[in-house]
Amino acid sequence: MSHPAHLQHHFSDSEQQYESSKLGMWLFLLTEVLMFGGLFCAYAIFRAWHPEMFYHAHKMLDVTMGTINTVALITSSLTVALAIYSIQNNRQKDTVRYLTITILLAVVFLVIKYFEYAHKIHLGQLPGKFYTYGGIEEANPHLFFSMYFIMTGLHGIHVLGGIAVISWVIVRTKRGEFSSDYYTPVEMVGLFWHLVDLIWIFLFPLFYLIG
Amino acid sequence: MDTNKTLMLPGAKSTIAGDVDSLFNFILYTTGAIFILVVVVMMYFAIRYRQRSGKAEVTSGRDYNHVLEVIWTVIPSILVMVVFFWGFKVYMKMNIIPRDAIEIKVTGQKWFWTFDYDEGINIVNELVIPVDTPVKLLMSSQDVIHSFFVPSFRTKMDVLPNRYSLLWFESTEVGEYDLFCTEYCGKGHSEMIGKVRVLPKVEYEKWLVESAVEDTTTPLAELGEQLFKKKACFTCHSIDGSRLVGPSFKGIFGNPVKHNDGTTATVDENYIRESLLDPQAKVVDGFAPVMPTYQGQLTDREIDGIAAFIKTLK
Amino acid sequence: MGTYSERNYLNTPTGIKSWLFTLDHKRIGLMYLFAIMTFLFVGGMIALVIRLELLNPGPDIVAADIYNRLFTLHGAIMIFLFIIPSIPAALGNILLPLMIGAKDVALPRLNLLSWYVFVAGACIAMYSIISGGVDTGWTFYTPYSSTTDSAVISMTFGAFVLGFSSIFTGINFIVTVHKLRMPGMTWFKMPLMVWGLYATAVIQILATPVLAITLVLLILERTWSIGIFDPMMGGDPVLFQHFFWFYSHPAVYIMILPGMGIISELITTFSKKKIFGYKAIAFSSLGIAFLSFMVWGHHMFTSGQSEFSSMIFSVITFLVGIPSGIKIFNWLATMYKGRITFETPMLYALIFLFTFSIGGLTGMFLGSIATDIHLHDTYFVVAHFHYVMMGGTVMAFLGGLHYWWPKIWGRMYNETHGRISAILVFVGFNMTFIPQFILGSQGMPRRYYMYVERFHTLNIVSTVGSWILAAGFFLMLYYLVISLFNGKPAGNNPWGSLGLEWSTPSPIPPENFDDDLKFEHGPYDYDKVIAEKTI
Repeated sequence: MSHPAHLQHHFSDSEQQYESSKLGMWLFLLTEVLMFGGLFCAYAIFRAWHPEMFYHAHKMLDVTMGTINTVALITSSLTVALAIYSIQNNRQKDTVRYLTITILLAVVFLVIKYFEYAHKIHLGQLPGKFYTYGGIEEANPHLFFSMYFIMTGLHGIHVLGGIAVISWVIVRTKRGEFSSDYYTPVEMVGLFWHLVDLIWIFLFPLFYLIG
Repeated sequence: MDTNKTLMLPGAKSTIAGDVDSLFNFILYTTGAIFILVVVVMMYFAIRYRQRSGKAEVTSGRDYNHVLEVIWTVIPSILVMVVFFWGFKVYMKMNIIPRDAIEIKVTGQKWFWTFDYDEGINIVNELVIPVDTPVKLLMSSQDVIHSFFVPSFRTKMDVLPNRYSLLWFESTEVGEYDLFCTEYCGKGHSEMIGKVRVLPKVEYEKWLVESAVEDTTTPLAELGEQLFKKKACFTCHSIDGSRLVGPSFKGIFGNPVKHNDGTTATVDENYIRESLLDPQAKVVDGFAPVMPTYQGQLTDREIDGIAAFIKTLK
Repeated sequence: MGTYSERNYLNTPTGIKSWLFTLDHKRIGLMYLFAIMTFLFVGGMIALVIRLELLNPGPDIVAADIYNRLFTLHGAIMIFLFIIPSIPAALGNILLPLMIGAKDVALPRLNLLSWYVFVAGACIAMYSIISGGVDTGWTFYTPYSSTTDSAVISMTFGAFVLGFSSIFTGINFIVTVHKLRMPGMTWFKMPLMVWGLYATAVIQILATPVLAITLVLLILERTWSIGIFDPMMGGDPVLFQHFFWFYSHPAVYIMILPGMGIISELITTFSKKKIFGYKAIAFSSLGIAFLSFMVWGHHMFTSGQSEFSSMIFSVITFLVGIPSGIKIFNWLATMYKGRITFETPMLYALIFLFTFSIGGLTGMFLGSIATDIHLHDTYFVVAHFHYVMMGGTVMAFLGGLHYWWPKIWGRMYNETHGRISAILVFVGFNMTFIPQFILGSQGMPRRYYMYVERFHTLNIVSTVGSWILAAGFFLMLYYLVISLFNGKPAGNNPWGSLGLEWSTPSPIPPENFDDDLKFEHGPYDYDKVIAEKTI
């Protein structure tokens, strides 16, 4: 019986192993959604309590920067999909190229986020007790910035994590570990990256585009 | 002496307590019957079908009975719905506050209760109310969450720091009842207990009049001692030198104390006055800054009294 | 007479490294078992100190702030470090692949990672002891938890990390059940223990992330004062309660569902009888898992939530009780016309039926709003959840531990000692907690360091009960340790069970089964097949 190198002893075939990894990954993504779900819930509650304050506070965010970031992340979702498509067709070099572009776009995202954060920190538009900005009249504007920093911060940590796992997959692709027969890790980091993108797609309108 | 007290429940002393108890007893007897049924059937099967011979044999393969499954799903379902509706009905009755209820403001803080009456009376850890009269409590907390619980009245409500919560009851019998804090609130949680004193209506009116008048006759030191008990100072301060949440009062008057910022000061009348009205201004070294302010809760004469009392504690 | 399988997972391969980096589900399960038994011991010792302090109304042996730290530690250890991992991560890890005829769990590396994450989380949580202790109660209610000066951060961060361990185990079990069942093992031929573990895993992955984010928010509230739970800054402390119970009520079912799974195995094996109402039991597990997400507000009937919410939470709470009742009746029906024997595991199954029935039925008082108002946060609640958690889960766990002990170690414990210990545990447990029902309905609040004089007598009874309970546990510790050295070899199948795990040698071979494993009969086909006892 042929036994490929990537097949772990307790699986009967590659198909079973692939299906297992994929189901496991989807379940993990579900837990991520639920974790952010808790934060979205908190956001909804505070926005319902202070609609005026949320409206005025959101004007402090830079829609242009947010839009550029949104475009960067959506494009990176495309490149990661292309990377998976390439490995399915045994084009390892293209895979490496697309994954590298994905990382570059993620870095662009983080750099822009850094400038946004730095500006807010400079103005004192900060969470909780660190809030010192005086330009918003409604009560408790620090709550908006608490939610903003926690939610975008947690998302930012996920972007960093994404960069780490994509780099790891690039190294392994260069080593020649993946081919059209076995590319599960490439697909799994792809799934993760789509989720990171998807969460941002929700964060962007909720913070930058309050109508 | 304590009427309608049972093994499980203390005497029912409010208008809704009887309703709660009827439901409690209904649940007790029905669940008790179900429990006995389960245990008897279990014991019977265990004895009747115990293995008798060493010879292994296959057993009956009957593993499903439609009628039985329906019976033991539907009957408990009906039972729990009865209990649900009953419970909800009584709960609604608990929640509708009569219009003519007298209102008392309740403040919970670590670790005592303060009751403010419209008549300007302010007492600690003792709620005085008239019998057969609806009483509405408007409650809030100064710090963490507390919960106001009078077992004999079968009533309880959390006391929150950011909003008012409401509770009402109408007591049915003159007497003294326990008042507990049931939401864990720290070191003194189990000492945050008080009394509800239910008076006949006439005596209640008399009490209101007497208590509203400021006490100008009691000697200062004696007044201070009364206040020490009434305001529950003893929860945090001892008078025998032992260490509680706050420093002991024994022998401090006229002596220097060290503060947590390194400064020292001598305890005199002005020092005591400041400690009562602005407790966080000077905090004795080694103690947490947890003392609440008594601004607006003590008259000048009462402050003099407390200082005089502390002076006596050599 | 049974034989001891010489080549087994315990000794193949050897060396400390082969344990620390093992991907074998049995070894990981065993390491979990060792860890949780340690925490059971620590948590139990703390419970004894708590009961001793409550022997008299006034201060006895510890000061109030120490007492508060002790009951917090007791709750946190027992829940996060013992009960939640007890059946799934320890016993389940060892048994799940065996019961479905797999060679391992689907994701062995994730499994090992979950163990190390568990150890890390436990260390972080325990660090709180040496950095001053935590005095909030295991529920960490704000604003107390965000203002107290005790070590809340290390404890909550520990619980946060432990949550990941729990999530990893949950993901692993779901994937394993979906993808690694042996040919012939269809969904409705799986042992009910596997159904229990599966339903548990579903709750683990759905509820735990919400706890994780709640604890992160609490930590941020303490470190940066973000204001979300702080009433002075426009936040709401009650919001924390909603978040917390959204996890922690389903967590109760994380604890009890696998226990119910064990009971299904014990009752069939020792009654030699086909399980009655297989589908009713399996679906009731899923029903419980589903409804468990919609009842959290019944912890908050006195918090000032709206009357409408209280009504909804109350009615769903009653509905979630029905599936548990269905299980009890089906287990009883399983005993009917069986050939019942009373070895130690079966004694624990019968104890479970007794104590868990009390636990479930007393829930009726608490689900009904009017009576809950009186009983909320009193000793009645303490007694109720101990009857569910200890009378339910822990009794099932002990039954399972004794049942699979010969499979795990290849050796039998002393049966007489086992029965004496079970009876001591039963008597001690009831003596400890029945008085607490009465204390609670008489009005004694929970988490009280001191109490008023009229509660004295019942507290004495309860404390004496805790000593009997402790005696039972110490006896158990003694004979279980002894059995490792001079226990009789158990053979493949000491109980004559039809479960798949009993068809392989004891202790289990590293590869679990031979390659030519066939699915020959269902786990409960006692009407067709007789399995010889090997002892």
